[in-house]
Amino acid sequence: MSQALIELVKQSFPDAVLESHSQLGDDTLVLAPGRWKEVCRFLKDHEQSSMNMLIDLTAVDFPNREPRFEVVAHLYSLDRGHRLRLKTRVGDRDGETVELDTIADLWGSANWLERECYDLFGVTFVGHPDLRRILLYPEFDGHPLRKDYPAERIQPLLQYRDEPNINKVAPFGPDEGMPFGRQTHKFGIEGEDDHLAPRPRVITPADN
Amino acid sequence: MGELKPTTTSILEPGQQSGFATTKFEALLAWAQKYSLFMNPFVTACCGMEFMAVSSPRYDFSRFGSEAPRFSPRQSDLLWVVGTIVQRQAPILKRIYEQMAEPKWVLAFGTCASSGGFYDNYACVAGIDKIIPCDVYVPGCPPRPEAVLDGLMLLQDKIQRGDRTPGIVKPRIDPVQAPDTALVQLRRSRSSAPPAGIKP
Repeated sequence: MSQALIELVKQSFPDAVLESHSQLGDDTLVLAPGRWKEVCRFLKDHEQSSMNMLIDLTAVDFPNREPRFEVVAHLYSLDRGHRLRLKTRVGDRDGETVELDTIADLWGSANWLERECYDLFGVTFVGHPDLRRILLYPEFDGHPLRKDYPAERIQPLLQYRDEPNINKVAPFGPDEGMPFGRQTHKFGIEGEDDHLAPRPRVITPADN
Repeated sequence: MGELKPTTTSILEPGQQSGFATTKFEALLAWAQKYSLFMNPFVTACCGMEFMAVSSPRYDFSRFGSEAPRFSPRQSDLLWVVGTIVQRQAPILKRIYEQMAEPKWVLAFGTCASSGGFYDNYACVAGIDKIIPCDVYVPGCPPRPEAVLDGLMLLQDKIQRGDRTPGIVKPRIDPVQAPDTALVQLRRSRSSAPPAGIKP
């Protein structure tokens, strides 16, 4: 449905489109990160595309890729009823500098979506009016949806009570007469290497 | 938890139109406390729907004296923690608890409030007992209204006995006692085979 749109962008920005594909009516453009904002503005303003709504903006972490993060935006045109998915790839392998131009001045909804993306993935949106954490608290260290954030690492805002066996979780399990135990699983990433070694954990339920 | 022991000794001769009863002051006070629990619902998540079901006429926990909801913690005796508590919310919950006047009780409604449930992640507190002392745990996701009523009666029992150790509502059908239930069979088949695709 939006394949004409893909052709339009390809003709207008031949060097900005890295690849494109269409799968079951979902049309996707992968853009060069430097031309992200430019293409977004084009898609919003051009009469033929008229993308006046940003549905969603998020990121995916591919820890073994370079660039590591894939930022995904879903656009929708209320006038014309067509959709387009935009992707771009940013960030070095360490995840230290992950930068992308903001599109918060194009679509208002991008403001909070980019804050969420910054909060959970650590993607810095350059030029964002108010880039701070939106879901987690300011004291939080790190970005929890990155694959190298240890699954069991928690950062309590409040000191836990000073009680014996405080890390024990209730209901207390089959040993104490309750059939509901809690299992803990350890997950690994396929092809995991050293730079993804988990940082020291704080408190885990397995410390019982 | 032990068996419920009668703490009140009433002497009322059969056939008498009037009479008297003797009891201990603590027992009388506990009796009054357990049937006048003013509650403060701290509802944060989907268990709230079940909380509404318990409070509505079909199950109606007003029958147990837990009638009046007080939305100020200063006027309430029983704090219902209904739903997931995230780390960001933990200071708020602690503050609500500290504002309540003694004597006060806490009921963890549902698996998330009891243990964090499946939210075993960076954001959630693995049970409210990490932050505030908890009297009764009601497991279930969400718990059936019957389980909640069991929890309330367990709490009343504990108040009567002056018992502050944590109590857990047991399932009415105990899978350990009834080993042929589908749940136990499912659990056994899962625990014998490790999940595919997960590195140990």
